[in-house]
Amino acid sequence: MEFFFQNLVNALQWGSFYALIALGYSMVYGILMLFNFAHGDIFMVGAYIGFGVATGLATLASMGAIALPNWVILVLTIIISMFLTSFVGMIVERLGYRPLREAPRASAAITGLMIGIILETGNLALLGARRVRFPSLIESTTYDLGGVFVTNKKIMIVGVSLMLMLALHQFVRRTKYGMAMRAMAFDYVVVPLMGVPINTIAAMTFAIGSALAAAAGILFGVAYPVLDPYMGIVFGWKAFVAAILGGRGSILGATLAGFLLGFIEIFVAMIFPSTLRDLIAYSIILIILTFRPHGFFGEPYSARLRL
Amino acid sequence: MRKGLLFVVSCLVIGLIFSPCAWGKAKTIKVGINAPMTGDIPKVGEGTKFAAQMWLKDINAAGGLQVGGKKYPVELVIEDNESKAESAVKVATKMITEDEVLVIVGPQASKQAIPAGGVANNYGTPMISPWSTNPDTTKDRPFVFRGCFLDPFQGPVLANFIKEEFGYKKAAVLYDVASDYPKGLAEFFKEAWEKVNGAGSVVAYESFTTKDADFSSQLTKIIKSGADVLFTPQYYNEVALIVQQAHELGWKKPIVGSDSWGSAETVELCGKDCYGLFFSTHYASAAAKGATKVFIDRYKKKHGYVPDDVGALTWDSLLIVQEAIQSAGKITGNIEKDRKAVRDALARIKEFDGITGKMTFTEDGDPIKCAVVVKISDKGEYEFYKSVCP
Repeated sequence: MEFFFQNLVNALQWGSFYALIALGYSMVYGILMLFNFAHGDIFMVGAYIGFGVATGLATLASMGAIALPNWVILVLTIIISMFLTSFVGMIVERLGYRPLREAPRASAAITGLMIGIILETGNLALLGARRVRFPSLIESTTYDLGGVFVTNKKIMIVGVSLMLMLALHQFVRRTKYGMAMRAMAFDYVVVPLMGVPINTIAAMTFAIGSALAAAAGILFGVAYPVLDPYMGIVFGWKAFVAAILGGRGSILGATLAGFLLGFIEIFVAMIFPSTLRDLIAYSIILIILTFRPHGFFGEPYSARLRL
Repeated sequence: MRKGLLFVVSCLVIGLIFSPCAWGKAKTIKVGINAPMTGDIPKVGEGTKFAAQMWLKDINAAGGLQVGGKKYPVELVIEDNESKAESAVKVATKMITEDEVLVIVGPQASKQAIPAGGVANNYGTPMISPWSTNPDTTKDRPFVFRGCFLDPFQGPVLANFIKEEFGYKKAAVLYDVASDYPKGLAEFFKEAWEKVNGAGSVVAYESFTTKDADFSSQLTKIIKSGADVLFTPQYYNEVALIVQQAHELGWKKPIVGSDSWGSAETVELCGKDCYGLFFSTHYASAAAKGATKVFIDRYKKKHGYVPDDVGALTWDSLLIVQEAIQSAGKITGNIEKDRKAVRDALARIKEFDGITGKMTFTEDGDPIKCAVVVKISDKGEYEFYKSVCP
């Protein structure tokens, strides 16, 4: 029984990352009918920006320039990095996607791959190939809850992820901009004719998606403190799978599917030999998609309309 | 008229293409360095490059390499194999066919050294891998050599060490199934451990694939299996993640590693979690003596950190290559003939006293040498703990 709960805790943490990144894919798709394949690399950029901000703040604190406890530094790191990475997202949209908005969707998707490669190799050129260690801002404390080991980091990661998802949900449901986003997702040809500024909404969508990816990057750095320029590729693919599984354009779907993906990966490894983990996990997802080609919450018409 | 002009221009172009090679052939000795400068293990590439540059400096200071009474300048061709098998093959092919190197040093990791060794052997170019411990690298390849011990030796060394040191009976293994070195060594360790402790004494044998960052499900299984010790033959970037996650999941027993742990960056990435752990390696940098100490001091002075086993093995391999070239007789300028001569000279070396210890070479071009078990001290240094000789 402890074995099961231990895996459940592990899966919750692992699923949070997928969910946070899948949200970015899903939102952009919902509004622009575009798969932003550079999103996994924006996650990487977010992690590195977080590394830079955290290292900078920690150095300032150790020199005595600012007197802040480490957890405040971590919160500040998350906020500042989310803000900075949202600009990276907006630049990507402005330079990479906006000129291609009327182009065939395949061209735009290929552009995403290029931008991804540019971000990876740009990082390589800037910082070199060596791994960096994300500063350990919070001491890891392990709690033994009747045989189930939970760390303060795990609690924090799952908590912060859920908070961000809830905030996004409120934003989309309650604000004017959120309403514009939903309208755009409903029909992006007619809605701009009603006076909704498509460029502003598109930039904002990219900014929000990138900010969430940055948060995921920093939380990832806290849990798995070794960063490298290619960390976002496979992770991005898997989160993309989650976005499709949740239903293209669905925020709730992306969140749930992200967690589901984490659960499937962890529990497959729990039952079967770990060598077969991805093979079995992704076969399961293939089967789900065969029976639900639009994902859990995707609407059939939107997929048929524009792809 | 136009045809004539075209002919003249073509001649000039062709002449330009071939002339530098023609000069180079007669005058310089080129040594290829096939190293992972980027990719998963860049620190390994850096150590290789720094050691090779130190060696080149010595050669240049002596005015070149003396072969058959004549001095030849030496040039290094350092290429990045991105820590990928396919790139290592590409690099080896390019060095052999375009750069016309006399001999190749590297690749380091078995994942790259096994395929690149095949290329070198097919082209009849001598290659020495300083750090690849998987048997397949040199197996049935007369042109391929190495500078370190093999995994069929390292596996039992570790199994016996754990048995003698801790007296444990149940072990768990966690390894990367997509990489030749961890996969091979995991198998040799399992075999050796079960020989000592009986069948089924490896109670968990878990794997993952390269670039995975989360090992929680594998580690949870390992903890549940009741193993006394965890063996993980991984590279330095994964070691940091595995060890930390194991501790966070409540693992308090020892974790033992192999020579891939020996990088200068392991402790930097892993931090306090790695203190007190053991691994087997090629040399212990702390408390070294003689030529080893001279090398360490020189390297540290120049680059600011203690060289890891890769640096030391690369140094030894280059000295072996140097001895082979010098005893090859003469450089004829015919690259194929010269390569063959260097290969034969390499095969003639039976004993070599390097900074990583004395080695005796077998028929296959594999050295027999001692392994060292080191303990990561509370200051993060690699302390000599025990030496195990075959």
